[in-house]
Amino acid sequence: MARVVSISARVKEMTGGLGAFDVEAASVRRLIAELDARYPGLGAHVEANMAIAIDGEIHQDALSAEIAPNAEIVLIPKLSGG
Amino acid sequence: MSDGAAGGRTLKVVGQRPVRPDGADKVTGRAQFGADFHLPGMLTGRIKRSPHAHAKIVKIDTRAAAALPGVKAIVTGANFVLGEGEDIDHGEGATALLDVAINCMAREKALYAGHAVAAVAATSPEIADEAVRLIEVTYEVLPHVIEVEAAMAPDAPLLHANMFTKGVTPKPDKPSNIAQKIVMGRGDVPGAMAAADVVIEGRYETAAVHQGYIEPHACVASAGADGQATVWCSSQGQFLVRTLTAKILGMPLSDLKVIPAEIGGGFGGKTTVYLEPVALALSKQCGRPVKMVMSRDEVFHASGPTSGAVMEIKLGATSEGRITACDLTLKYQAGAFAGSPVNAACMAALACYDIENIALTGYDVVSNRPKVAAYRAPGAPIAAFAVESAVDDLARKLNMDPLDIRRLNGARDGVKAVYGATFRSVAFLETLEAVKNHPHYTAPLGPNQGRGVACGFWFNIGGESTGAVHIDEDGGATVVSSNPDIGGSRAAMAMMAAETLGLPIERVRATVADTTSIGFSGSTGGSRVTFATGMAVTQAAEKVVADLKRRAAQMWECEVDKVEWRDATAFCLDPSKDVKPLTIAQIAGRAARTGGPITAEVSLNAQGAGPGFAVHICDVEVDPETGRTTVTRYTAAQDVGRAIHPSYVEGQLQGGAAQGIGWALNEEYVYGPDGVLENPSFLDYRMPVASDLPMIDTILIEAAPNPRHPFGAKGVGEAPIVPPLAAVANAVRQAIGKRIYALPLSPPRVLEAIEQG
Repeated sequence: MARVVSISARVKEMTGGLGAFDVEAASVRRLIAELDARYPGLGAHVEANMAIAIDGEIHQDALSAEIAPNAEIVLIPKLSGG
Repeated sequence: MSDGAAGGRTLKVVGQRPVRPDGADKVTGRAQFGADFHLPGMLTGRIKRSPHAHAKIVKIDTRAAAALPGVKAIVTGANFVLGEGEDIDHGEGATALLDVAINCMAREKALYAGHAVAAVAATSPEIADEAVRLIEVTYEVLPHVIEVEAAMAPDAPLLHANMFTKGVTPKPDKPSNIAQKIVMGRGDVPGAMAAADVVIEGRYETAAVHQGYIEPHACVASAGADGQATVWCSSQGQFLVRTLTAKILGMPLSDLKVIPAEIGGGFGGKTTVYLEPVALALSKQCGRPVKMVMSRDEVFHASGPTSGAVMEIKLGATSEGRITACDLTLKYQAGAFAGSPVNAACMAALACYDIENIALTGYDVVSNRPKVAAYRAPGAPIAAFAVESAVDDLARKLNMDPLDIRRLNGARDGVKAVYGATFRSVAFLETLEAVKNHPHYTAPLGPNQGRGVACGFWFNIGGESTGAVHIDEDGGATVVSSNPDIGGSRAAMAMMAAETLGLPIERVRATVADTTSIGFSGSTGGSRVTFATGMAVTQAAEKVVADLKRRAAQMWECEVDKVEWRDATAFCLDPSKDVKPLTIAQIAGRAARTGGPITAEVSLNAQGAGPGFAVHICDVEVDPETGRTTVTRYTAAQDVGRAIHPSYVEGQLQGGAAQGIGWALNEEYVYGPDGVLENPSFLDYRMPVASDLPMIDTILIEAAPNPRHPFGAKGVGEAPIVPPLAAVANAVRQAIGKRIYALPLSPPRVLEAIEQG
């Protein structure tokens, strides 16, 4: 089970206040599907607006990125720059 | 030179300082910038802008203008019929398309002084100017609001009746100018603050400042009778311009070709569109090419500055200097539409430090100013002004060296940043160490002088990029990139390709392609190009090398694994073959007989960009009679991973420092009581010039190459603008013995602080 963590207040709103929970997912694509199944709308929100740190490394728009069984997943706002 | 991220190879090109490929064209005037294109039959486009900060547009009468001989087209907001709700993810984060469209051309309301309300195309600049004058706009002037906290007030004039604050539970039932409230954090801040030995508090303000690129926005648009159109323009992303322009005008992307011009500075400010959809709408209406160039006045009035802000910070620490808690509130101006960089600011503000208990609150606030655009490390320099000033005050209160307290709390490998990433391959502590060991740090100071240090962080990003490598018939190579070159990327791309191919850099040329000539790429921004596009170019070069080896094997009739590639030459390792090495020129010259042109293109979505950390030292001298501050010495150090072309990297550090010094000392948008900008020129908006600044020394820290990049590169363009605001402010603090909490530190403000004692 991967551990999903978020510091975002918006994510906590959608999870009913949970800032951390466990998810079974082997890829980002599966993670987003699982988030949507568990908290309707969260997967779509994450896919559209958030980047995902997998064991500390940030991924953006990387649906095929692999997630190890005990990975730490941190949901963070998408990054841009100037 | 040997490089860990390059697999221990000895590098011959990467890390050298070849002559910059764009230099001769730029210094001789041969380079083609956005305003340099001319087409037969081309018209001049001009924009009519609102004189009011906030007004309902009651009526626009274009009849007199249309009747003027030489006027060929007129457009207003009615010509842009975009629907609501669509966001565009163009590689730089989502953009609310409707906001971009309305920012290009107002509809029901003018939301800031300078907001475009109509545009004309005419056969001469003089006729276009007269036509603009003849357009009659009837306004109903509305109350306006400029400053961020005034805009947050419950009774503030509302810009958007449909704006309800996001991030608030329950959803508000009344609209507000607060577009979004962001809350982030971890730990128990109140508890840690109560237990702290020392608490530092401050309320800081920064002014809106412009990116200040020398080249104004400019484009030529030409629509054909068959619906196909072409735009030539200066931007940070030709694909971004294509997407935004086509969608605003309801065109398929395939009907629009965007050709990038040389760019005379962008710094984030050219990651959106202002003129292109307008010029193309005019061209579509009259069937002739239309050229539009902003004046400097228009650049200031109507293109994006970055946010001004109000910030409140509270730091708790032990008596040994260990920071245990931080409570930080950021209120950022967004301009007339939502989208300030406050989110990134929240994430970057404390990333330099390992702090257990953090509470971050951000507000994205609209007011009657031009919509903000990205500016190097969007949002981070502003937040760093508050954080690094507070850390400086903490060190002073504890009688600690300001670098030592930063080392004690500094981010290192394994530390989890508040925004979620766990740092790997970072060299912040090494950068602090290098600064402490630099002669500048211990050099004596004179009377009225002070020294300040400050740190900065930027995430850096990857994203979608495409790069291609073509082997020329004579054995040279052409590298085609999908990103406009704003910071030396052509040189970096050519160098990485040359290194991979084994060619001398003089045999590799890099160019930037239009939207029909190469695959998609996100914009040039986020310090992503050397990392992401460089990765694509390197992989394309590796594919080419594999192809060259395959062809050599074919010519020698041996197995390809018996071919070694070295110094742009194939060597046969098969002892049964009595053959001479084949140079790249020999293989290229016979390409037709071995399968045709030798070329490869790679598209990817790069992940794993390494963050950048910067540490700056600033010395100032303050004239006690006038309050004028002069920067007398400045040193910028940065964790750069691996510098592909060190001179360009040093230039990035120097440029960031120069812009940050201007932000700290002089630059600000000044508004009158009527909500109109009072200093829209370089005479009254004071940016530093070469004679204002000392030579800025640089220290490139290459202790932690990025393992995800073939040569270890990290983005370097944004981190160097993060520390200067606080570095200058901390130096002034030491020079006058008093903290000034608001920027800019202009002579009147500093003099007032001195006189108050």
